[in-house]
Amino acid sequence: MPEYTRTGVLTRHDLLQMPTDKQLEKGVAFIECVQEIPCNPCVDACPVHAISMKDINAPPCVDFDRCTSCTKCVGVCPGLAIFVIKVKEDKAWITLPYEFLPVPAVGTCVDALDREGNSRGPGKVTRVVKAKKTMLVTIEVNRSLAMDVRHLRVQA
Amino acid sequence: MRIRHHPILDFSAREPLPFTFNKKIIAGEEGDTIASALHAAGIKELTISQTYHTPRGFFCGIGKCSSCLMRVNGVPNVRTCIAPLQKNIIVERQHEFAALPTAPFTGRGKRTITTDVLVVGAGPAGLCAALQAASHGANVLLVDENPRLGGQLIKQTHKFFGSLQERAGTRGIDIATELEADIKKYEQTGKLTLMAESTVIGAYEAAEGYRFGLVKRINYQTQLYDIHCGAAILACGAMENMLLFPGNDLPGVYGAGAVQTLMNVYGVKPGENVLMVGAGNVGLIVSYQLLQAGIAVDRVVEAAPVIGGYHVHAAKLRRCGVPIYTSHSIQEVYGESSVEGAVVVQLDSHWKPIPGTEEDVACDTVCLAVGLTPSTRLLSQIGVPLEYISEAGGFVALHDDTMQTGKSRIYVAGDASGIEEASTAMIEGKIAGCAAAKALGYPVKPETLALFKEEVAKLRAGPFGEKPRQAKAKIEAKAREQHA
Ligand SMILES: Cc1cc2nc3c(=O)[nH]c(=O)nc-3n(C[C@H](O)[C@H](O)[C@H](O)COP(=O)(O)OP(=O)(O)OC[C@H]3O[C@@H](n4cnc5c(N)ncnc54)[C@H](O)[C@@H]3O)c2cc1C
Ligand code: SF4
Ligand code: SF4
Ligand code: FES
Repeated sequence: MPEYTRTGVLTRHDLLQMPTDKQLEKGVAFIECVQEIPCNPCVDACPVHAISMKDINAPPCVDFDRCTSCTKCVGVCPGLAIFVIKVKEDKAWITLPYEFLPVPAVGTCVDALDREGNSRGPGKVTRVVKAKKTMLVTIEVNRSLAMDVRHLRVQA
Repeated sequence: MRIRHHPILDFSAREPLPFTFNKKIIAGEEGDTIASALHAAGIKELTISQTYHTPRGFFCGIGKCSSCLMRVNGVPNVRTCIAPLQKNIIVERQHEFAALPTAPFTGRGKRTITTDVLVVGAGPAGLCAALQAASHGANVLLVDENPRLGGQLIKQTHKFFGSLQERAGTRGIDIATELEADIKKYEQTGKLTLMAESTVIGAYEAAEGYRFGLVKRINYQTQLYDIHCGAAILACGAMENMLLFPGNDLPGVYGAGAVQTLMNVYGVKPGENVLMVGAGNVGLIVSYQLLQAGIAVDRVVEAAPVIGGYHVHAAKLRRCGVPIYTSHSIQEVYGESSVEGAVVVQLDSHWKPIPGTEEDVACDTVCLAVGLTPSTRLLSQIGVPLEYISEAGGFVALHDDTMQTGKSRIYVAGDASGIEEASTAMIEGKIAGCAAAKALGYPVKPETLALFKEEVAKLRAGPFGEKPRQAKAKIEAKAREQHA
């Protein structure tokens, strides 16, 4: 049994695909859905067919070159397991699904949280989009945190 | 204790409905049940145990466990968790034996309804069954004991898994609204009749077809109906399991589904600090929804060495900072008249508590998400063969692949036929609805049934579908044995 079935936290070697630096610079959807569960709305959501699946129970697979980082899949995924990541020089922008109140305002500073809910320092909110009732929030963090930051907390 | 701001739901203040509880005026709101209004006012103690004389709160929140019985306007034994609140009613606790009713009986004679298909339960399974039967030409009577249609869907604020056909990516609450709109369409054509706040209480002797007794609640009083039908589909859902530990009957120990109902349907907080027991999908999802409602979750404890629910649900919770302790269980809950704290303990590889690992958890609410048991009471009363199938969650009615039980034209669908998911419950309902219409002579294309069977098989194909797959294989094999 992989460790994440005990902890609920993925480590790098659990992740099935890793984009190259070049792909990250372009911006890609990064999917943290590694189990075989009967689910596939991400496949149907992608306008350029960048997400594929062998059958409904197989984990999704992203064609990083094809993905235009449009973020459509992020708001659809019921597992809230899709993030869009883009990097440039020493910065990273992470677009994540957010279903809490208050909704952070663009330009404000939030706590950038990792997969265990630990604060990894400040993040700057650069974009907030409403996808039905799920908010898509983009935060700017240090590039070294691109593969660690997955949530945010609005500072009191 | 009211939730006013919520990221998914709208709980802005509604019309006030004042009522009396133990001689005090309490402010309820339009849309409340009696139990939710009491809880919102901080009153968790609804009854008193007749055996132990200790306070009791509600447990299931959906009318299945009877731990919320109170006296309303002189009528004893009203299930307050599903009784809609009305203005100026008088609510009292019952002590020991309920006093004889002081309210007048309705005095109305029974009424009779004749229909082709009776569908019991308007959850995803029952709604889909009713729609399919009606769309194939049958007259349908759809009955639910809750005031609102949708079964468990009405509290599920999360987006559903599954495929596009089963509305994956759509929130459970929105699926309920969509199905309800379809039901209303058939209601207008006269093909379908809907009765809410109505409980089917049993099957009775019939000269032809089947005959059921039904009790409809009107102003806390009841009206008896005599239902004659050619076929019946029992989609009664499931009950939440209890766990044995000292203090498990203290108000504040609730089923996780009940907590979900209280906060997501009625907008009332169960408490401020919750200990969740069980890391299956229900425990994980309800924990996340507690956070969304602004309620703290101290931790999730899970007796098994691994998390039973989907990793994606666990991940959502972990990144909010909620720890999940596998190989841990609850040892006891303590408190004077409601939960004040709990003791959790680590388990060894034989699931035995390890002495010295006890830890005190400060909490005012303990949620039990330790599995569900299919509701089979009506099925067993009708006399269909039942069998204990552990993979299905307990005793279930043996049934064939058209969902027909051991009795001709009695069908079962959804959680009542084995614990699974709303997605599969909907397809099982469709299969039962088609099969019932067909059995009564309405034309049904064989492709229609074949297509539904194929869809449900696809959803069960993965590793998480293994349990229901095994359950259904056993159920159908035993049904064949019985038949032979
Ligand atoms: C927290 C949680 C999260 C879940 N998440 C998902 C998910 O993401 N995806 C998914 O597919 N599934 C999910 N499920 C499972 C899903 O909700 C259930 O499997 C599904 O609701 C079962 O449908 P049903 O129609 O069989 O029963 P129910 O929805 O329970 O409906 C049964 C109805 O029957 C009525 N009834 C019972 N007896 C009588 C009687 N005698 N007379 C009149 N009426 C009666 C009840 O009032 C009830 O409304 C979740 C469940 C929970 C608790
Ligand atoms: S971000 Fe857009 S293009 Fe990329 S996988 Fe998601 S939906 Fe497709
Ligand atoms: S929609 Fe989300 S949870 Fe479902 S398969 Fe795709 S990534 Fe996984
Ligand atoms: S019947 Fe009301 S709480 Fe269970």
